[in-house]
Amino acid sequence: MALDGSKPQFKLLGTRPNRPDGLDKVTGRARYGADLNAPGQLHGAILRSPHAHARIVSIDASKALALKGVKAVVTRADFATGLTGDDWNMQENCMAGEKALYDGHAVAAVAATTPLLAKDAAKLIEVEYEILPHVTDVDEAMKEGAPVIRDGAADYSVPDGLHPNVVRYYENGKGDLEAGFAEADLIVERSFKTEAAHQGYIEPHACLAQLGTDGQGELWCCTQGHWFVRQMCTAALGIETSQLKVTPSEIGGGFGGKTTVFIDPVALALSRKAGGTPVKLVMSRSEVLRATGPTASASMDIKMGMTKDGRITAASGVFRMQGGAFPGAPVDVTTDLAFANYRIENVHHVGYDVMTNRPKQAAYRAPGAPMAAFACESVVDEMATKLGIDPLDIRLKNGVVEGDRSTYGPKVKKVGLIETLEAAKAHPNYAAPLGPNQGRGVASGYWMNWGGDTSASVAIGEDGAVAVTVGTPDIGGSRASMALMAAETFGIPYENVRVHIADTASLGINEPTHGSRATFASGLAVIQSAKECIQKMCVRAAEKWDIDPDAVTWEDGFAKPSGPNAGDFEPLSIAEIAGEMSDTGGPIAGHFEANPGKFGGSFGTHVVDVEVDPETGRTTILRYLVVQDAGKAIHPSYVEGQFQGGAVQGIGWALNEEYVYGPDGRLQNPIFLDYRVPVASDLPMIDTVIVEVPNPGHPYGVRGVGETGITPPLPAIANAVAAATGVRFTELPLSPPKVLAGIKAAKHA
Amino acid sequence: MPEIHLWSGLRSLADGKEVVEVEGKTVRQVLDDLVAKHPALAPAIAAGVSVAVDGEILPSNKAEPVDEDSEIFLLNKLRGG
Repeated sequence: MALDGSKPQFKLLGTRPNRPDGLDKVTGRARYGADLNAPGQLHGAILRSPHAHARIVSIDASKALALKGVKAVVTRADFATGLTGDDWNMQENCMAGEKALYDGHAVAAVAATTPLLAKDAAKLIEVEYEILPHVTDVDEAMKEGAPVIRDGAADYSVPDGLHPNVVRYYENGKGDLEAGFAEADLIVERSFKTEAAHQGYIEPHACLAQLGTDGQGELWCCTQGHWFVRQMCTAALGIETSQLKVTPSEIGGGFGGKTTVFIDPVALALSRKAGGTPVKLVMSRSEVLRATGPTASASMDIKMGMTKDGRITAASGVFRMQGGAFPGAPVDVTTDLAFANYRIENVHHVGYDVMTNRPKQAAYRAPGAPMAAFACESVVDEMATKLGIDPLDIRLKNGVVEGDRSTYGPKVKKVGLIETLEAAKAHPNYAAPLGPNQGRGVASGYWMNWGGDTSASVAIGEDGAVAVTVGTPDIGGSRASMALMAAETFGIPYENVRVHIADTASLGINEPTHGSRATFASGLAVIQSAKECIQKMCVRAAEKWDIDPDAVTWEDGFAKPSGPNAGDFEPLSIAEIAGEMSDTGGPIAGHFEANPGKFGGSFGTHVVDVEVDPETGRTTILRYLVVQDAGKAIHPSYVEGQFQGGAVQGIGWALNEEYVYGPDGRLQNPIFLDYRVPVASDLPMIDTVIVEVPNPGHPYGVRGVGETGITPPLPAIANAVAAATGVRFTELPLSPPKVLAGIKAAKHA
Repeated sequence: MPEIHLWSGLRSLADGKEVVEVEGKTVRQVLDDLVAKHPALAPAIAAGVSVAVDGEILPSNKAEPVDEDSEIFLLNKLRGG
């Protein structure tokens, strides 16, 4: 469905009405995962491994089961057998089989009449472990002699001779690297590391599950994608997808981490074992940090060559990605997007997906891209500094435009990188004066976006009001954007549209709200469904007027004769047509089921000013500017919110957030006091500029905006700290002790 | 004939070729023909790939049309957050 050229001027798109779910959320009426309850429900608790790597010799639950009020205990024996591939990995992660693979890995679970009783009972389950050697660092895990997490986990892509912990290998490139580097006047080569960072959603995972002895069940949970939840849960439990209905609650943040399951199959297994009694299971923050997926950590080597006038001649990168105790680190995106900002003839990337004794990584906002951006954009910044070229100018010189050959292969379609660079350069922040110990950093980033399986329906009510039903949970204001797109298409007030998130029994399958796809794909589905309704309403009007349907046009919420030759009839409003629909052919609705492509990627450019305290190493963000291409901002406030949210999460990842493991392989900081996410008092107002280079593949020009915003902050902040201190830091986070040590080392050098 | 460009790691499974000429009018048909010509690529295709046709990265719809002169790139299967 291509860009609708007939809609150059919008009446509603680009306005900022209140979000339809706003009152519910500010009054506490909205129901999140832990708000759901059922009469007679049980409460679940999970026993987790205290060891990073251990063989499970035996599990004895007799003492737990002897407690009055304990109704069920499940172990891996209560799940389906014979799973393979991603299904096996998911099941094994939800409940350990032969081995506990990381600190926090679930080994058993209890259902009891109260939450406290369930926790006490879990402590009474006796597990005999045979402790095994462990490894939590990606570089250590690849070395000869490193403990093997799971032999035979590697796929076809891994060359002979690599350690069994390397489970996927990716190599891509083009041109002649040697010739490219020979042409360069300046070559910079550096190694970088980033630590794992958690999505940090405020709402922990929570669900209410019921699965009867008849094999039929229902699940209410907080998730980004309930059809994914249904597929995973039914696979883990060995039941058909049609037997489980999944309803999403409101969601208090996901950022990719709620596109998979951790506790839902366990709650369903407990309910099944308890004879079908509903079981509520809510994770603590500590469980979230120990046992759900952070993003991957990375170890990277970058080499880039440049001519004196700032043209990039060659680039190569090696990316070692640690994804926990299972395959799946985003090595492909990391490698493919590493140099994607630039037009480079000679480029080569190699990526390794490496297993360690850590929790299974999960998607986190542009998964894989921020790490690569940190490494590559740091090198570009260093080269610009050494050559005395403005960092925005060097990006303007090398930045990709439509028709260029991308570094990962295909030709670049219409994109807005150059527009974001020009807007950043024109912004007052870029000219703001800097004081002592202050520095400015610049970086750009990219996310390809996604379409994917999408279903939606639009139904006309008896009074002409419109009910929109989509399958993508509303994380960032998508109800508002869906309502705006529907209202724009119909030509009716925004308030006359109400948007609902359907359960899995009410629409065809939907991919989650992930890949920055909801506003693009569900929006396109809503527009298409609305157009189907309009077409049907035009037929109803034509029949009433006894003219050809082709002689009826739709304008501003009315069916009208298309011209003088069509006849002289009073326009019929949507309310008038709807009021008569039972007598003119029955219900009027439209629907859409497809997996749309042409999603259109989004580039962003960030400019940040920092001040670094030379006495403590503490970095303060002084100013922060996000410029990003939204294609068309349907509801600008929520687009700006995505920009600001991505920047803030990136600031946390760059400055403080990290997983700290002790020598025993246990996570040392599984609470928010020690795992330091930015809070409001750490931050200035994040300035935003929305660039609009319409996506030709969407009727209103939409590009997804959710993920790009976390790609530039890591390098932009590192570049600003380098400018403020004169020290190039190559490992994140830039926590005060690390920065102070770097400043001191530079002084003594 | 449409041409499929392989990422470097796949080339050893296709007799070292970077580009393979294939027959077919849909993504499914050209991928089938690619595997028929180079059976060692079967595990890679079965593991899931994303396909870019003339610069447009497609979702998983293998019924998408491919032109005679289409430039097709195989990419690792995309995932988002």
